[in-house]
Amino acid sequence: MGSEFVTLSLTPLLIGIFAAVACALPGNFLLLRKQALIGDAISHVALPGIVVAFLLTGAISTWPMMLGAAGAAVVAVVMIEAIRRLGRIEPGAAMGVVFTTLFAAGVLLLEQSDTSSVHLDVEHALYGNLESLIWLDGTGWGSLLDPQALAYLPVELPRMAATLVVVAGFIALFWRPLKIATFDESFARTIGMRTDLLGLALVITAAIAAVAAFDAVGSIIVIAMFICPPAAARMMTNRLELQIAWSVAFATLSAIIGYVLAGYGPLWIGMGDAVSAAGMIATISGVILAIAAMFGPCRGRAGAPSGV
Amino acid sequence: MLIDALFLQMGYNATLVAIGAALLGAASGITGTFLFLRKRALVSDAVSHATLPGVCVAFLVLVALGGDGRNLAALLTGSAVSAGLGLLCMNWLTRNTRLAEDAAIGAVLSVFFGFGVVLLTVIQTLGVGRQAGLEGFLLGSTAGMLYTDALVIAGGGAAVLFLVLLTRRPMTMVAFDPEYAAARGLPVSKIDMLMMGLVMAVTVVGLKVVGLILIVALLIIPPVAARFWTERADQVVILAGVLGALAAYLGAAISASAPNLPTGPIIVLMSFALFALSLLVAPNRGVLAAVLRHQRFQRRLHMRQGLLALAQDQTIYEPLTLRLLSRAGLVRADGVATRSGQARAAKALRDERRWDILRRDQAQEAAAALYDGLREIETVLTPDQIAAIDREIGTPKEAF
Repeated sequence: MGSEFVTLSLTPLLIGIFAAVACALPGNFLLLRKQALIGDAISHVALPGIVVAFLLTGAISTWPMMLGAAGAAVVAVVMIEAIRRLGRIEPGAAMGVVFTTLFAAGVLLLEQSDTSSVHLDVEHALYGNLESLIWLDGTGWGSLLDPQALAYLPVELPRMAATLVVVAGFIALFWRPLKIATFDESFARTIGMRTDLLGLALVITAAIAAVAAFDAVGSIIVIAMFICPPAAARMMTNRLELQIAWSVAFATLSAIIGYVLAGYGPLWIGMGDAVSAAGMIATISGVILAIAAMFGPCRGRAGAPSGV
Repeated sequence: MLIDALFLQMGYNATLVAIGAALLGAASGITGTFLFLRKRALVSDAVSHATLPGVCVAFLVLVALGGDGRNLAALLTGSAVSAGLGLLCMNWLTRNTRLAEDAAIGAVLSVFFGFGVVLLTVIQTLGVGRQAGLEGFLLGSTAGMLYTDALVIAGGGAAVLFLVLLTRRPMTMVAFDPEYAAARGLPVSKIDMLMMGLVMAVTVVGLKVVGLILIVALLIIPPVAARFWTERADQVVILAGVLGALAAYLGAAISASAPNLPTGPIIVLMSFALFALSLLVAPNRGVLAAVLRHQRFQRRLHMRQGLLALAQDQTIYEPLTLRLLSRAGLVRADGVATRSGQARAAKALRDERRWDILRRDQAQEAAAALYDGLREIETVLTPDQIAAIDREIGTPKEAF
């Protein structure tokens, strides 16, 4: 746990935690609003957005790709809404039509264009590359105070931290309206709230979190963190404040345990190489959800703590 | 090239892929319809992602037993087992906890897929080269499809179709009205499980062709497209099968006709094209039909209002109304009514008056409820009744 930890594990671990928490926060509201699969849809459609941005700019650079992914997310939301209204189709099916089509278009574009020279492929988009976000200049704990070394932190770290601040800020700022609109949308409308705009803002915030996390850690973590920590937290409490606290704790825990198990677990059981950290973090979040679903005090449909 | 591909002249492998894909498309379109009508379309997403760990475990077991791990039947069995586990987890979560179905879908999908990715990296570390086939399960790879693979797909597709044929009636009933089906004594949860089992079978069979991420599209898009064309469940089922087969066949043919056209995505895009076509041009439910209906309604409304305005000597400013009236030869270019225009206007005003009388008569409540400002009174009343109303109105009076 010395200098090697700082170089190899500190930044990916922090990035993983930030990404997990940034996704889990809006996930709480999406879960309660029965829009949990929005995260799934967004992370699928980010692929064509990123590919188009790459084809337009011809380079792997961050901002165009983030914009492309965000643009694709907006296009997807508009398409889902249009198909739902024009065709009078239930939202789940409309979502299924849109995200599979856009994902297929993304894969096709990727195959058609010559991206073999750069690191852009479907597997990367799915699994991310958390392990490779190492901090070469971080030679020890002392480097945290060394401005020169700090300048070479992987850009994903400050970006993910900023995303987390934005997401947390949105939720803190709109706490009361979000809470009211989530639990009683018609009441929120009667007191003059623009619930439609609020819902859209929530989806956009989720998209920002998803796209930023997608870039750093891949889509699996995004989908898992949108759903598993909030769902596990839902089993623990009936109060929204506590639910959010639990979900943050669960997200952090999944990120830490998942990362450590992926990096060191195989070594413990005598295998040579590490396994996918993204996949392991998602798996751990599932284990946490399973435990919460079996033993959580508020797991039942009625919601009251069992035995009370 | 494309023509060759469409008529199966592209060689043995392409022909095999096209026929296999078409069978798969038919099976998935038909199965997906029940899922769609049951409003559980996205369950297929969870099922398909949950296949990944099974494929990997089967591969690991095969390798541990000394094989090379490429046996398609064994890999598909593994995927079926883990998809089944995923389904059980999902059902358990929705039944025994407070989670809604969408959250359960997302949880199963992400966790199983994440675990599958972990296993994939385990396989990668075992030795390069041997895992080459597994990446193909993500997005499908038909390039190296063998005759035995095609047989597996054809057999699976046929089995699914046969099961659907046997159970279509109870499945339709459960899809439309589970409460009624339960009241009739049908084992709803078992039928639901059967439905999911069929979805699982289609997913597993389709892994090789379109891959686990895109098989969802074949289960969702054809039924949604078919729903535009008809209101009858049995027809939706058949049409979804046809559309699915068509999309898969066209997609496979197109992808065989040129390099760098991966089969799975092309098939999905073809089904989306069929969907978009249906959304636009389907009679009754299509967008074009709705636009035309709206336009016709708008014209009738403008016509009616224009005639009433003419009858009461009001000037018409609305350009659409004027255009419609003059096209029908009812007004001159300067907006003054022609003779036939005057006659039609008088009739319109008289009809309005007739409706007034009718709506005041409580004995005629049922007929009066049909009044919407556009309906011809002749479609509601007999000539005798109209004559009776006219007697009440009396003869035309002098305007003053």
